Amino acid sequence: MAEFALPANSKMTKGQSHSAPASAKNVKTFQIYRWSPDDDANPRVDVFNIDLDACGPMVLDALIKIKSEQDSSLTFRRSCREGICGSCSMNIDGTNTLACLKSIDEVKGDVKIFPLPHMPVVKDLVPDLSNAYRQLTSIEPWLKSDKVAPKGEERRQSPEEREKLDGLWECVLCFSCSTACPSYWWNSDEYLGPAVLLQAYRWVADSRDDHTSERLDALDDSFALYRCHTIMNCAKTCPKGLNPGKAIASIKSELASR
Amino acid sequence: MAKPRPLSPHLQVYRPQLTSVLSITHRASGVVLTTGTITLALWLTSVARGPEAFAVMASVVGHPLGQFVLFGYTVALFYHGTNGIRHLSWDLGFGLTLPEVYRSGYFVLGATCVLTALLWFSVWF
Repeated sequence: MAEFALPANSKMTKGQSHSAPASAKNVKTFQIYRWSPDDDANPRVDVFNIDLDACGPMVLDALIKIKSEQDSSLTFRRSCREGICGSCSMNIDGTNTLACLKSIDEVKGDVKIFPLPHMPVVKDLVPDLSNAYRQLTSIEPWLKSDKVAPKGEERRQSPEEREKLDGLWECVLCFSCSTACPSYWWNSDEYLGPAVLLQAYRWVADSRDDHTSERLDALDDSFALYRCHTIMNCAKTCPKGLNPGKAIASIKSELASR
Repeated sequence: MAKPRPLSPHLQVYRPQLTSVLSITHRASGVVLTTGTITLALWLTSVARGPEAFAVMASVVGHPLGQFVLFGYTVALFYHGTNGIRHLSWDLGFGLTLPEVYRSGYFVLGATCVLTALLWFSVWF
């Protein structure tokens, strides 16, 4: 049964407030989720006022500024700062996205930042993705071919076959979609979630893969696949503009028509 | 040793989306329809049980509160019906792009209002 309220140890309290320099003219307020395993307190929401005139345009720029100038203990994942590594996914202004692709100007009022929803928190904005990665491993996301690759050559595809992978290969595995999905919130122990199912379809749709039937057999499960109720929060939130819901519908359709 | 990790906030912080709101409304309207259908069955059996039983049921249904509940039942009926067609088309692989999902979502909301208004207009006038 779905648990709609947060457990007692996860309820948030009011945190500390950090002010911007007195000379700042263009101040924006950031409310940021904090939790550390090193003390015994519940999670809290800290307030950081920062001078936007001395800050880059993206939410990630603000986080880096806060970490370097106001609180060096603020913890978050980031790497490429250009939407290709998928590290800085988090809940910003009520929806999941990549902090490096989210412009501060887009947010009206305070910028509220939380970790990806309904995940165990390692520290601050860093969620534990072990379960999601385990689920990704379970769909065997690699080419499984019974044929030996032509000597010294790539495995050929027609332009039409290659086109079927568009909208699938671009996924950066940030898990914004899975953690935006209420069905994944309530059933992540068995439901694979939109990110992993999109990857599963990426290999089902690949003309070079010879194990399509096996892959479909493994997906044909009332929980692993069919907990998708076409809510479509996944497509709405994907920072790369992909459509996991459509990929899941394609898997269901393949299963229904074979 | 390892202390339990807190669960990050979900419903508490996620902004309601047209996508998720229409989805949970579909489920809620389904529940309303189930209970409403039981009422409909009671109403029909009261017809079979004779004039007295029917008079009781008619006064319940005719009461302003009863009319209000019936109104809610018809809203649920039209919403669940039209949104059900939306779901069927998705299952056939149509209308799954984000702009289409939004367009059909607003269409379902509009159709629910129009169909409900037409029905009650024909009941009262």
